[in-house]
Parts: sequence; structure tokens; C-alpha cells
Amino acid sequence: MKYQSQAVAKPYFIAAIGLFIGQILFGLIMGMQYVAGDFLFPEIPFNVARMVHTNLLIVWLLFGFMGAAYFLVPEESERELHSPLLAKILFWVFLVAGALTVLGYLLVPYARLAELTMNDLLPTMGREFLEQPTITKIGIVIVALGFVYNIGVTILAGRKTVVSLVLLTGLVGLAVLFLFSFYNPVNVVNDKFYWWWVVHLWVEGVWELILASILAFVLIKVTGVDREVIEKWMYVIIAMALISGLIGTGHHYFWIGAPEYWQWWGSIFSALEPIPFFMMTVFAFNMVNRRRREHPNKAAVLWALGTAVMAFLGAGVWGFLHTLAPVNYYTHGSQLTAAHGHMAFYGAYVMIVLTIISYSMPILRGQKAGSPRAQKVEIWSFWLMTLSMVFITLFLTGAGIQQILLQRYTDNPLPFMVVQDKIEMFYWMREGAGVVFLVGLILYVSAFFVKGGEREEITDSSGMASATSS
Amino acid sequence: MSEVFTKSMARNIYYGGSAFFILLFLALTFDTASEVPKRDNHEAITEQVALGKKVWEENNCIGCHTLLGEGAYFAPELGNVYTRFGESTEAIIGFIQSRPVEGIPGRRSMPQFNLSDEELQAIAQFLKYVNGINTSGWPPNIQG
Ligand code: HEC
Ligand code: HEM
Ligand code: HEM
Ligand SMILES: [Fe+2]
Repeated sequence: MKYQSQAVAKPYFIAAIGLFIGQILFGLIMGMQYVAGDFLFPEIPFNVARMVHTNLLIVWLLFGFMGAAYFLVPEESERELHSPLLAKILFWVFLVAGALTVLGYLLVPYARLAELTMNDLLPTMGREFLEQPTITKIGIVIVALGFVYNIGVTILAGRKTVVSLVLLTGLVGLAVLFLFSFYNPVNVVNDKFYWWWVVHLWVEGVWELILASILAFVLIKVTGVDREVIEKWMYVIIAMALISGLIGTGHHYFWIGAPEYWQWWGSIFSALEPIPFFMMTVFAFNMVNRRRREHPNKAAVLWALGTAVMAFLGAGVWGFLHTLAPVNYYTHGSQLTAAHGHMAFYGAYVMIVLTIISYSMPILRGQKAGSPRAQKVEIWSFWLMTLSMVFITLFLTGAGIQQILLQRYTDNPLPFMVVQDKIEMFYWMREGAGVVFLVGLILYVSAFFVKGGEREEITDSSGMASATSS
Repeated sequence: MSEVFTKSMARNIYYGGSAFFILLFLALTFDTASEVPKRDNHEAITEQVALGKKVWEENNCIGCHTLLGEGAYFAPELGNVYTRFGESTEAIIGFIQSRPVEGIPGRRSMPQFNLSDEELQAIAQFLKYVNGINTSGWPPNIQG
């Protein structure tokens, strides 16, 4: 660790992993409810489990992004964090707000939660991914503002690198776009139209900037490749991400009552969205092949390469699969959507957070890299989680195709519930793959506690090869 | 990448490209705002429909169902349920009202929300309003 204040990243990463475990447990509960409809009913209805699953996902990814920023910004800026105290306070505010919200979902009926939190004053609840009570949303905004301020001041007062500036742009964008979650008109078309300004413009817009900068940071550190080269790639990647992804929002405007020209705009531009993800893959392998040093943290290198590949598969390939309007007409809101959602979120954002944790946690614990034995366990967990996610995606894709053939692309469409019964087999297999995922995750956590083997203590301050920026 | 393509060229593409496409996106949004009223069935939006949307949201129906294809994939699409139920708001109300508290053994279950008559009427009117939005022919058939 080069700067003392980087240490504030550690609780963020620990919280992230803790909530990740919770997310997966609720995923497994839902997976069970898909095949045994009355499982845990009426104690934990499906919608409650789903809110917990998806909201924990978002919250732990945000913890991960914040931890990443607190770790890499001091190093990039070559100065201590503006206020480590603020970072610690915001950590607890965010954790307590998150925990209370999840407890609220679990302990009282949702309608009661809406009443308790006075949703009437400014109704924002009850929309997918944005289920949080309005008061929680306000809390998120406050935490985000404090965080962006802390990071922003640090960056602007120190050395400005492309990595840190792009990260800052992404984080500011994240905070600003979240404000659209407060806009909730009665008109369903407008509600849906701007809802995507949060959801799509996050994952296929500003989050890609965050992804690219964290990936670039880790690649600079573990490969020692010249920063100039990496920054040039980064610019091209994020340029393509925004050029394709902004108008690409149109792939959600086909069937919600928006004008029909979105079928053209949305199809064409979103068809370009895989390009930045493909470039990221080429970039990551290229840099690792051109590496100027053998970094002892093999696991981190594997996570970085894995992120690039899986993000391309999940977002690029599985996204393209259903993004053209004539195809989306049949696939819209089917299990195929869930297949894509899982692999894209895992490949891009789960994996990038696990990458930066893998790289920085040993350093935060005073080592350069985990012991070879710990790394071995971590690498096992990489393969277990990643392969089981591939299978979850494949099984859901199978379910989705069957669903479409029986319910939509046919002259004798069967009712939804009848079709769900017929494709039960796929859901059982998805649940099986989900259990393997959990095993992988347990292994991942246990890697932090593996002792023994020789360790590489930090001797030099390494990491920087001809660090210049313009 | 070769030397002829420099970092500052890449940076310019990033700034120029993003600025251009942000503006284009805003222009399309602006145009959409003026086109949407032709398709969005806003004539049907009443106080009752507004209450219906609130009931929809405060009971998190989207956590199991899709509405115009967005939401969860656990239970039937409801954007066209008004048509599927023979254009009968009474049938919709009857269905919601009759959910057993303990669920249906072995079957995916919908909770009993204990809605008031006013809320039941409102949610049914809300679903009828959504049913009237011009969705360019989606879903492909009545099963959603
Ligand atoms: C916990 C999940 C869950 C929630 C939350 C939920 N539903 Fe349902 N809903 C279901 C399931 C499952 C079915 C299919 C029931 C069956 O066929 O036995 C269903 C069926 C329906 C149907 C009949 C659809 C058809 O085509 O047969 C309507 C109408 C409906 N729900 C309305 C609502 C409304 C309105 C809300 C919110 C107030 C809501 N549901 C909340 C699970 C849920
Ligand atoms: C990392 C990036 C991405 C993530 C995390 C992601 C995630 C998701 C999620 C969670 C949904 C479901 C939303 C809902 O619940 O309604 C979704 C929908 C969709 N995504 Fe992505 N996505 C990514 C990138 C892409 C890309 C690059 C494409 C296109 C090439 C794409 C195309 C689509 C389409 C067309 C839908 C709508 C599916 C439907 O009609 O039901 N996505 N995405
Ligand atoms: C890191 C791993 C995971 C990520 C990133 C993730 C992410 C998501 C997302 C984004 C959604 C919303 C889907 C959509 O709207 O398209 C979702 C829903 C769901 N997830 Fe996961 N999930 C993960 C792991 C799991 C596991 C292991 C299981 C269980 C086996 C699981 C089961 C489910 C189920 C059943 C749904 C509900 C789908 C529906 O709405 O019908 N998830 N998950
Ligand atoms: Fe999208």
C-alpha cells in the first residue's frame, strides 16, 4: 500500500463480498420457487426474494466500485485521499441504510413498507430494480454525492490520469442518472421511457467507463505495459461504448408505446454495442501478452482476462442475440432476457469488482500477492463460479427458446403457466448450476483464510512503468 | 495500435463522439415526447387509473409479472390481461380477490393482498388503460 488512506477500501470490499453471499442465497431461493411454486410461500413470496436478490446485487457492486475508487484514486493521483473520515462515515451510512431496506423487504409486506416510509409524499417505489423506499433513494443520493466529492477533490488536486478522470466521469454519470429514479409519472409510457435512463444508461453507458478504468488500472499494474498504450485503448473503447450505447437505449423502446422509429435506431446502434466489449477482450489479452513483468498475483491476471471474455459473451454475444427488433418481438421479457441479464452482470460488473478485490486485497493486507496456496483456491473458485454461470446462462437460454416456441412463435400458443410446467427440467438444471455457483463462492471466501506456502511481502512500491499522462 | 493513430486522436473521438451522440439522443427524446401522446392512451388516465398505478407499485406486482414485457418472468404478462380475460375488469378483480392466503400447494402462487373494493376497481382500470397503449403489435398473441 503506497498511501495510508487506501486502507479505507478494505471495509468496502468486505461488505461487498458479504452482500454477494446474501444475493446468491436469495437467487437459490427463487430458483427453488421456479420449480416448487409454494416453496417458502407465503413467508417469502417470489417478488420479495427477487427484490432482495437484485437490490443486494446493485448495492454490493456499488460497494465494490467505491472500494475500487478509494484504492486506485490515491495511487493514480499520487496523494492521500481528501477525507478518509468521510469515506468511513459514508461506509456505515450506506451499510446501515442497505441493511434496513433489505430487512424492510423481508419483515413487513411491501405495501406496509411503502406506508411506513411515506411513499405517498414522493412515490418512487414498486418499479423493477428501483424498489427501494424513497427515503433510501435519497440516502443513496447523499452517499453518492459525498463519495463523488471526496474522490473528485482528490483527483483534481493531484496528478490527473486518464484512468482516474474516466473513473470520475463514470461515477458522476452514475450519480446523475440515478436522479431519474425520482421521476415517476402516471403515464406508463413515459415512466418506462425514463426508467431506462437509469437502468440502460447505467449498465450500457456510464458503468462501462467505470469498468474500463478499473480494468486499465489493474492491467497497468500487473503487466507493466506503458500507460500511454493502455490509455489510447481506453479512449477508443469508451468512445465506442457511448457512441453505440446512448442511442442503443432504443432497443428497450420497441414495444412500450414509444414511436416506431426506435425500432430502427435501437436495432442499428445496439447492434454496435458488442464492439467495445470485443475491443476490451482484444485489449486485455494484448496487454497481458506484451507484459513487461511477471506479477506474482496470477489470480488477479486471470480475473482481469476473465472479465473481458465473459463481459463480451454475456453483454456482447447474448445481448446481440435478442437486440434486433424482429427478434426481440419474440424474445422480449422471456427467460432469454434473464439468461442475458445473468451473464452480462456477472461477466462485466461482478467480475471487475472481483478483479480489483483480487489485486488489491493482498496489498491491503501487507502482501504483494496471496500465497500460492491461497491463489490456487481462488483460481478454483474463479472456474467454479464462471463455469456455473455459463451453465446457468445456457439452461435459461434453453428455457427461453422453448418458452418462445410454445407460447409465442406458434399458431397454437399455450398459456404462460402451462408452458412453465413444460420447461421445468431447465429450471431444475439451473438450480443445480446455482448450487455449484454457491460452492465456488464459498471457496472464494475461504481463499482469504488459507494460510501457508511462502508469501511475497511487499518489497518495492512497483506498479508504475513510465507513468506519464497528458 | 499503430503510431499514426495517436492518443490525442482517440481522445478527440471520445469527446466529440460522446457529445454528438448525447445531443442526438436528446433530440430523439424531444421528438418522442411529442409523438408519444398519439400512442400512449393518455385519454384513459383518470384519478382511478392513477390510484391503480399506486396499488400496482405499492404491492410490487412487477416483482412477479411483466408489464409490456418488462419486469419479472415468474408469472403471466399483464399488459394484455384485460384482453385475455375477455375485456372484463370484473374477471380481473375476481382473480385477484380469490387468491388463497396460504397459496396453492405445489403451484406458483400469488399472494392475497386484501385490497379494498376501491383499490380492486382501480388496479383493474389501470390494467385496462395499459392494455390500450399502442405497442406496435406486441405481444405476438393473447398468451403474452
Ligand atoms: C409473488 C408473485 C406475485 C405477485 C407479487 C403478484 N402476482 Fe399476480 N400472479 C402470480 C402468479 C404465479 C399467477 C398465475 C397464477 C395461476 O395461474 O395459478 C398470477 C396471475 C395473475 C393474474 C391472472 C393472469 C392470467 O393471465 O392468468 C392477474 C390479473 C394478476 N396476477 C394480477 C396481479 C396484480 C394486480 C398484482 C399486484 C397487486 C400481482 N398479480 C402480484 C404471482 C404474483
Ligand atoms: C454489461 C452490460 C450489460 C448488462 C449488465 C445488461 C443487463 C441486462 C438486464 C439485467 C436486462 C433485463 C432488464 C429487465 O429486467 O427488463 C437486459 C435487457 C436487455 N439487454 Fe442487456 N445488458 C448489458 C449489455 C447489453 C448489450 C451490449 C446488448 C446488445 C447488444 C444488450 C441487449 C439487451 C436487450 C435487447 C434487452 C431487452 C430484453 C427484452 O426485451 O426483454 N444488453 N440487459
Ligand atoms: C453473480 C451471480 C448472479 C447475478 C449477477 C444475478 C443477477 C440477476 C439479475 C440481474 C436478475 C434480474 C433478471 C432480469 O430482469 O433479467 C436476476 C434474477 C434472478 N436470478 Fe440471479 N443472479 C446471479 C446468480 C443467481 C443464482 C446463482 C441463481 C439461482 C440459481 C439466480 C436466480 C435468479 C432468479 C430465479 C431470478 C428471477 C428471474 C425472474 O425474474 O423470473 N441468480 N438475477
Ligand atoms: Fe440495454
